[in-house]
Amino acid sequence: MTIGLGHYLVVAACLFTLGIFGIFLNRKNVIVILLSIELMLLAVNINLVAFSHFNGDLVGQVFALFVLTVAAAESAIGLAIMVVYFRNRGSIAVEDINMMKG
Amino acid sequence: MIDSSVLYVVLPELIVALGAIALLMIGVFSSNGEAAGRMVTWLAIAVLLAAGIAIFNQSGAATVFGGAFVSDGFTRFLKIVILVGAALTLLMTFDNFSRAKILLFEYPVLVLLATLGMLMMVSANDLIALYLGLELQSLALYVVAAFKRDDVRSSEAGLKYFVLGALSSGMLLYGASILYGVTGSTSYATIASAARLPEMATNVGLTFGLVFVLVGIAFKIAAVPFHMWTPDVYQGAPTPVTAFFAGAPKIAAMALLLRFTQAAVPAVASQWQQIIIFLSIASMALGAFAAIGQNNIKRLLAYSSIGHVGFALLGLAANSPEGTSGVLIYLAIYVAMTVGAFACVLCMRRGDHYVENISDLAGLARTDLTFATILAILMFSFAGIPPLAGFWAKWYVFLPAIKAGLYPLSVIGVISSVIGAYYYLRIVKVMFFDEPAEAFSPREGRPSVVMGLSAVFTVAFVLPLVGGELVDAATAAASALVH
Repeated sequence: MTIGLGHYLVVAACLFTLGIFGIFLNRKNVIVILLSIELMLLAVNINLVAFSHFNGDLVGQVFALFVLTVAAAESAIGLAIMVVYFRNRGSIAVEDINMMKG
Repeated sequence: MIDSSVLYVVLPELIVALGAIALLMIGVFSSNGEAAGRMVTWLAIAVLLAAGIAIFNQSGAATVFGGAFVSDGFTRFLKIVILVGAALTLLMTFDNFSRAKILLFEYPVLVLLATLGMLMMVSANDLIALYLGLELQSLALYVVAAFKRDDVRSSEAGLKYFVLGALSSGMLLYGASILYGVTGSTSYATIASAARLPEMATNVGLTFGLVFVLVGIAFKIAAVPFHMWTPDVYQGAPTPVTAFFAGAPKIAAMALLLRFTQAAVPAVASQWQQIIIFLSIASMALGAFAAIGQNNIKRLLAYSSIGHVGFALLGLAANSPEGTSGVLIYLAIYVAMTVGAFACVLCMRRGDHYVENISDLAGLARTDLTFATILAILMFSFAGIPPLAGFWAKWYVFLPAIKAGLYPLSVIGVISSVIGAYYYLRIVKVMFFDEPAEAFSPREGRPSVVMGLSAVFTVAFVLPLVGGELVDAATAAASALVH
């Protein structure tokens, strides 16, 4: 069996869905959410590189490089905000993020 | 080698980018904390003004960097609105931040970087440019939401904004990757011509990508059902930051949405129109109902902003040049009113303590009649009572929607506008007819000037010199986007 575009897309879709479910179903802590966000972005990268290869167009791989760079910056900022939050609240459990409601 | 005519097209962005880097250096190498913060904030306002002047000096339409960056009448109109919103909210930070001991130079630098991202979003004509502009803006905004870093509410606001913002960026990106795969290009122009092919009309991939991109943008403009972060972030962030959030970033995201729908996927308008209509109805209805029970004025303004996004989307749902110019008029008036309303919130202070509850406004008319009158004018305008600016904003989006035959949508819009009037008028009632609460401390100059300007604009909008000019400018701007 040759591996075609469809296989890559299915893998990416699975990873992306896992990422989204990781954000919404996770009851433990915020680090899991950060991991899920990374998973989503990597799924997108698989999509981009697969399309780039099968369409014979280089732009997708350039796009993937940009996404990687931004993802690094994004997780740095996410971790920084999480540290600030932990200093104030003493916890990063998802169920404790409830100071404001309504 | 890039020639100078290209650099001239991106001059406003260059000014803001170099300004942000220079101000960061000035801030880092100056020893005194608060004095440096004050100076850098003033310099940041000057940088925004310089960028505005550079935009005023541009004319015509140009597409540079391989079609990724576009500058025309449409982008210039929205960039001016964004720069004005950002500069006015920076002007209101001094007193509040100084009391909270967070008047630091990092804030104006982050605002400049966020503004640069917004300018990029407005000019984006390519999926990569769209993503990079959006992320530059979002990453800076996550940080400023958590800017009062010893306050648990502010850091919680930052955390919530980060998680949901990153989720929405991921969705948008997934949609962008599928659009790229289906159409073979990231450029709006190529996507548009690929989407026009007859076999694309029934292509599932195109619809799939389109939906994901729209969901991502709906998060950024806080349209229902992707609004859940808004009330918490608006309440938790420091008030000057909330004032900034409520204005400029929404304009940039709406600009992104307008350009994307009109330039990249006009061929499948019937598909995205359904989504926009749904977002519009849901936002207008939720904005009207959810604000009724609120006691915190920042939360109330958050729900109000959700409702206003719904009204602005009415114009986009019409999918006509008049509809697009209606959206632009709505956004400009909305920014003017919102900045004024948050200037009022910044004047609600007893001693060193800022208060945010509607009950604190009780009997304000008897202790500070000017303040009460200005806030009343803004509330009447939000409610859409003629002849104030808020009424004309609604007029210019409802008219194209009715012309486009969207009767049920328009009827729902009018009904939710009437329901929404209740909570705006309740504030007026509390201020003028309730027993006075303890008086506020004397107002500070800068927020007072901003709210005065906002009220004057709201009242003077009926004059041809103010409203007529704005409507003409918006019509010209819309004609640059939709032919």
